[in-house]
Amino acid sequence: MDFRSLHFSLDLVAGSGLVLSPEQKATLQTSLVILKRHYKFTRVVFWGKILGIKADYYIAQGIGHDEISDKKTLYSLNCMEWNLLPPATKTMIDETSVIKGCFLGDPSHDYEHIETRKDEDGHEAQEEEITVKIKEEQRLAAAISLIDKEAAVVPRGAYIKTPHGLVHTNRSFEGSWSLQFEKCSSVLVLRSLLWCGLTFYHIPMTPQHGYIYMGTGLKNIDLPFML
Amino acid sequence: MLNNQRDLATSNAKAYLLKNSTKSNMNLYDHLARVLNKVLDERPENVVDMFEDLSKDIKRSQFSKKMDTLRDEPESSAAFDLAEIQKVLLSKGGAEGSEGQEVELVETPLPNVMELAFYFEQAGVGLSREETYCIYLALKQLVDSQPLQKCRFWGKILGTQGNYIVAEVEYREGEEEEEEGGEEDIDEAEKDYGKDDDEDKERQEDLDPLPKSSYKSPPVVPKEDNHTGVNKFIYFVCSEPGKPWIKLPQLTPAHIVAARDIKKFFTGHLDTPIVSCPPFPGNEAAYLRAQIARISAGTHISPLGFYQFGEEEGEEEEEEAVRDSFEENPDFEGTPISELVDTSTWVHHVQHILPQGRCVWVNLAQKKEDDFEEGEEEEEKEEEPDEPEPEVGPPLLTPVSEDAGVPRKCKAFSHLGMFLRFQVNAVFIKFENIYLGWGHKYSAENYSPPAPALLQQEYLSGPEITEVDDPSVEEEQALKAALEEQKAAVEEMEDMEEEEEEEDD
Repeated sequence: MDFRSLHFSLDLVAGSGLVLSPEQKATLQTSLVILKRHYKFTRVVFWGKILGIKADYYIAQGIGHDEISDKKTLYSLNCMEWNLLPPATKTMIDETSVIKGCFLGDPSHDYEHIETRKDEDGHEAQEEEITVKIKEEQRLAAAISLIDKEAAVVPRGAYIKTPHGLVHTNRSFEGSWSLQFEKCSSVLVLRSLLWCGLTFYHIPMTPQHGYIYMGTGLKNIDLPFML
Repeated sequence: MLNNQRDLATSNAKAYLLKNSTKSNMNLYDHLARVLNKVLDERPENVVDMFEDLSKDIKRSQFSKKMDTLRDEPESSAAFDLAEIQKVLLSKGGAEGSEGQEVELVETPLPNVMELAFYFEQAGVGLSREETYCIYLALKQLVDSQPLQKCRFWGKILGTQGNYIVAEVEYREGEEEEEEGGEEDIDEAEKDYGKDDDEDKERQEDLDPLPKSSYKSPPVVPKEDNHTGVNKFIYFVCSEPGKPWIKLPQLTPAHIVAARDIKKFFTGHLDTPIVSCPPFPGNEAAYLRAQIARISAGTHISPLGFYQFGEEEGEEEEEEAVRDSFEENPDFEGTPISELVDTSTWVHHVQHILPQGRCVWVNLAQKKEDDFEEGEEEEEKEEEPDEPEPEVGPPLLTPVSEDAGVPRKCKAFSHLGMFLRFQVNAVFIKFENIYLGWGHKYSAENYSPPAPALLQQEYLSGPEITEVDDPSVEEEQALKAALEEQKAAVEEMEDMEEEEEEEDD
């Protein structure tokens, strides 16, 4: 969700049980303004919070000229100092998919994973054990890009593609017309079951919409059993 | 002449622009006039970029609904229904309550939810303020309608179609008779169901005797009484503040044991049947109740020293019975914040649930000695089959830091981390536990349903049903030869007899 609407839109998604403390809200309102200026973003969204055992990650995304392709992700441990995350590549996502357990809250922590690779050079297929080290920072980047890819939504019509091929927010977007899943009286709230913690909100008939992730950053792979 | 021509062209063009569209009955001239009017009225920045939008806007605003002579359709929406329900909550109850009653100061069990929400918010846990206030009002409604001694906002459990707001209550003594009725009905219904099954079996056996099953169902673990163990408190749930509070059924050990093996999303409707692989004996209400008990037992903690064991319990008793009651320590003066950061200063104040599904172990062997062996094996795999050792969990008021040493209970319910954090933030003596989430235990490994039990033997294995190797050709020929020899010998004998008979004639 856009950080400028944080002070009122956060209440709309608070039904999931996680909120930001007043201190954090105040800090974010300050630091994200500075962030927007430094990186020359056109828009900054507060993406959410990933819970770790020792500390939590606060995630923000800066948007440049294009809403979808020109996006940079930053993380912070104290809501004040922001660090740029590397863009998630396919190999990074594959590598990090083997890690289990909660995030620690230490971006430089190394996860060790022993991988067995088959070596077909000799007569017999030899199995070689390679220890792969994965930084938590990489895991974080992979998790965020996966969540964005698999679960993040916007209402139809909220974005528009210009003749130049860039995707912008649709200025004339006036809210979706009919929405079936009505809850919390007049706000539409969608929660992802695959990524528990992702909440999307939209006030019908207004351009206000957004999503936030507050959770452990772990995919709910047990979903098929749980429905 | 020239002027005339120009005028003509102008009027022609105007006439063209004024031509109404056959589809929308609008013309471009009026439309452009309206658009320009709007632009000049509002004078927005960079008009040229949003000209299309403006035009579209104006076209849309021209649309008028056909006037209908029929009555208005009653507008029914979920939001309206909910608002009607919550209106009761929010309207001041001046009408029916006389002033005398309001002045009367009764010690109310109503918790100050707003104050607690403030502390939770400092730690980043909580609901929006409006929602918290509505919950507060709903709890007030519950306290007013039921004779309660204690009432606590336990938490909120999210579901796929609706959520549950959970209140933990304790009745005043002697005011809970009526609750027994429903429970027994269920038990009886289950018994009846069992009877039908037996009768069916008997009938079938008369017609066509089937092999008898050697399976004996494990003895049913008796449920714990009110005010003890997992049934210490009674829980009420409602889906939205203002909707009626529904009391959850009492918990049986079977529910807890079954709930450990499954992982399902709540739907938000209490009567939904739970369809799961190890079958769950009950509907969503029972599952919800079991999860509440498991979460409470796993995560509810208090600062060390806040509670103490009652003094009337002698030292000797301690070894036999698990102490299950405690009282507030009147001398507790609070722990400094610096110490509260350490997990060893926090203790569990809800009893651990044993693998049997109860807080206090019950020896089933004493009841039915014949049934005991199979039953015990089924339920407690850790135990020797012949001699039941009592299951012992960590005693009450065990520090949280000792949890890690017990590998069996990785009790990281997904929000435990948060429990700790908010409490550290709370003021010295104030502490509270709350659960907000999906109601599932966190596990590092994926959930996989337990494998089905091994197939039971239908018949005792004996030589007549044991499979043997097929005979080889040589063996067959040898047998054939042997049979022919035998046959020849018999025929010879018969011939002899016939000859003798003929001789007799």
